[in-house]
Amino acid sequence: MVDAFLQLTDITKTYPGVTALAHVSLAVAPGEVIGLVGENGAGKSTLMKILGGVVEPSSGQIHVDGVARAALTVPDAILAGIAFVHQELNLFDNLDAAANVFIGREPLYGGPLRLIDRKALYAQARPYFELLDVDFKPETMVSELSIGQRQLLEIIKALSLDARLIIMDEPTSSLTLSETERLLGIIADLKAKGVSVIFISHRLNELTECADRVIVLRDGNVVGHLDKAHVTHGEMIRLMIGRDLKSLYLPPASPPGANVLEIAEARTETYPHHPVSLQVRRGEILGLAGLIGAGRTELARTIFGIDRLLGGRILLDGAPVEIRTPREAIAQGIFLVPEDRKRSGLLLDMSIAENISLPDLLEYASHGMVQDGRVTANAEQQRQRLHIRAPHVGTETGSLSGGNQQKVVLAKWLSMKPRLLICDEPTRGIDVGAKTDIYRMLRDLADAGVAILMISSDMEEVIGVSDRIAVMHEGRISGFLERPEFNEHNVLQLAVGHRTH
Amino acid sequence: MIKKDIGLLILILVVGTVVALINPLFLSPINLGNTANLVGLFGLFAIGQAFVIITGGIELSVGSIIALLGVLFVDLMVTHEMAWPVALLLMLVLGMLFGLIHGMLITRMNLQPFIVTLCGLLIYRGVARFYTADATAGFGFGVSFPTLEWLTTGRLYGVPHAFIAMLVVAAIMWVVLHRSVFGRYLYAVGKNEEAARYSGIPTKQVIVAAYVICGLLTAISAIFFAMYTRSISPSSHGNFYELYAIAAAVLGGFSLRGGEGSIVGVVLGAILLQVLQNLVNLLGIPSSLNFAVMGSVILIGVLADTQFAAYRKRRAAKRSVG
Repeated sequence: MVDAFLQLTDITKTYPGVTALAHVSLAVAPGEVIGLVGENGAGKSTLMKILGGVVEPSSGQIHVDGVARAALTVPDAILAGIAFVHQELNLFDNLDAAANVFIGREPLYGGPLRLIDRKALYAQARPYFELLDVDFKPETMVSELSIGQRQLLEIIKALSLDARLIIMDEPTSSLTLSETERLLGIIADLKAKGVSVIFISHRLNELTECADRVIVLRDGNVVGHLDKAHVTHGEMIRLMIGRDLKSLYLPPASPPGANVLEIAEARTETYPHHPVSLQVRRGEILGLAGLIGAGRTELARTIFGIDRLLGGRILLDGAPVEIRTPREAIAQGIFLVPEDRKRSGLLLDMSIAENISLPDLLEYASHGMVQDGRVTANAEQQRQRLHIRAPHVGTETGSLSGGNQQKVVLAKWLSMKPRLLICDEPTRGIDVGAKTDIYRMLRDLADAGVAILMISSDMEEVIGVSDRIAVMHEGRISGFLERPEFNEHNVLQLAVGHRTH
Repeated sequence: MIKKDIGLLILILVVGTVVALINPLFLSPINLGNTANLVGLFGLFAIGQAFVIITGGIELSVGSIIALLGVLFVDLMVTHEMAWPVALLLMLVLGMLFGLIHGMLITRMNLQPFIVTLCGLLIYRGVARFYTADATAGFGFGVSFPTLEWLTTGRLYGVPHAFIAMLVVAAIMWVVLHRSVFGRYLYAVGKNEEAARYSGIPTKQVIVAAYVICGLLTAISAIFFAMYTRSISPSSHGNFYELYAIAAAVLGGFSLRGGEGSIVGVVLGAILLQVLQNLVNLLGIPSSLNFAVMGSVILIGVLADTQFAAYRKRRAAKRSVG
């Protein structure tokens, strides 16, 4: 084997209270394709950010061409020939392909006028386009390219920067089958030219196809190193899981009742060709698991009336309902705790009391005038009930911690009468204490007869909190699990697209 | 917010005192009365503009609407002999209709407020000039509407009715903006439209309502202006008035990003602008410098405000660390 040009030794990254990476070592030799797998939150992105020079490791060493250093900066990473092809592509829609490749380092003429030498630009760009034999021209506008073509353009950009290592983060997640085939072919080409690739993917069969070896991360640790002969589905999944889950489960007070929500063949804007059917019963917490991008948030947005329902029906307590706006959803007793609480959940400049009263402000008003006394009294009640830590309910929500902010979002809905509560990543980025409070709250609500649909990418949470789990994969429900079948293996199998066994 | 208003009030008092010391005419009843009249005229539509700015929008067609409604109002009464209450009501309805159209184009067609109202600015001005064939619309000799004139240009104990009308409107709008459910919705939509929508607020209707209110108040002020000037030259009447309104709102602590500002603030802003105009006249500053003085004061005021806010923030950050 050729010597590694890039070597990470014993890299650890800790954030206050969390260890994102623990003693990770990784060597990259020229012309190597390394697969990187792990659940959401296993530490993949932290590792990549360290390679890109965006995040500084807490300890450990990075050797580039034999030179040791404690951390890379962004220019270091570029100089070392490390390039990224991100999930969200960083391209300028309004420029053509060649201009994107050479953005910021255009060939110039005209001395101090710094005019762009367009001829030279296209002449310099053309060889790379021919090298990869792509089906678009340097002159093509990026806005006319498909997502697959844009990814190829990112690879061209990386090559033009003399990249020796191209890191691809979920490059195939939005590609068609033929585009994926093409990308895998290009990875093989790159390999033949001596360029290394780190390939992050949840699509395990792509890894079995193209990776020379696979590294498995779990909770910030490297838990497995598989060489080509041992890269198999079963082995990768076995390594990705295998954690002892602390029991978070709070059993329901009574068995679930009739269906509150029934989705029949619903088609969303994101996955219009994949109809979804599921039911949530009175008094149950249905966990909705899946990988990021599986279409769970989009389903929630559709039920809540933000996105349009393209087909199928939504039934509430057996009666079909038509929901076109969040206002109509709320009138039906369907509430959503959104994924991005700072953007969609809260008005950060407004007080706790103002936020809590916003959805049913008319209840706190007489003759259209807001009665601040009532607003404050109710907010105070919610503050005590949910243990929101704040000096008083007039405190701006922007100054609260993540956990307390999330409690304010919940308090908005708890002051009203929920029939169905949808929580999208209810405990993302919040501390353990607040998490426990929120789980307790969800169970109390369920016991009070509310149907709860909990979207979560946190395996521990899905398995620990749900009464039943539905798993989504690329817009489809790939299966349902009952409590006795709950384990990481089963959830993950379904999340990567294996149908119910 | 209240702190900002007090700061502005102090600024007005300081400027007023300085002007009064240099030229005692400033405090003469005639001068105060005239200034109050202008504050009333400009304040009326500035309050309307404030509602639009709270939503994060802007209304650029205010001046043109004042010109168009002015010529229509005068023409309907003088040439077509329409009874003035009917004509007046018609103008108010027309003002609201313009606001409704703007609001609909912005919320339903997803056009930017700047573009919609810029086109309004051009269209209404053009229609006003075409309607009168660029001639000045006015009241001929012997034509008089005693009740209407008393209502719009009369005085109560020396206080011009335009100023009183502005205070009444300000009081009503204060309740609407600062006490009503609708007012709370306006702030929420202006601060974070997405979070407001997720909370079930009918954000589109709220935004449309803001433009309708702006149209109504602009129409009211158009009638006061028509009766005050008595002759309306459609190519110049109301020019730049939208900018006075925006300036008053900005001085009054409104953010053009939306979600911030108070009625007291915009009224004080309108007062300060007129005091500045008055200052230019009374201190013998060449009137050609009028806009330059106004621009400088607004710039300094806004600069001081943001610097002060940044300072407070730094101090608060230091406190929370230490």
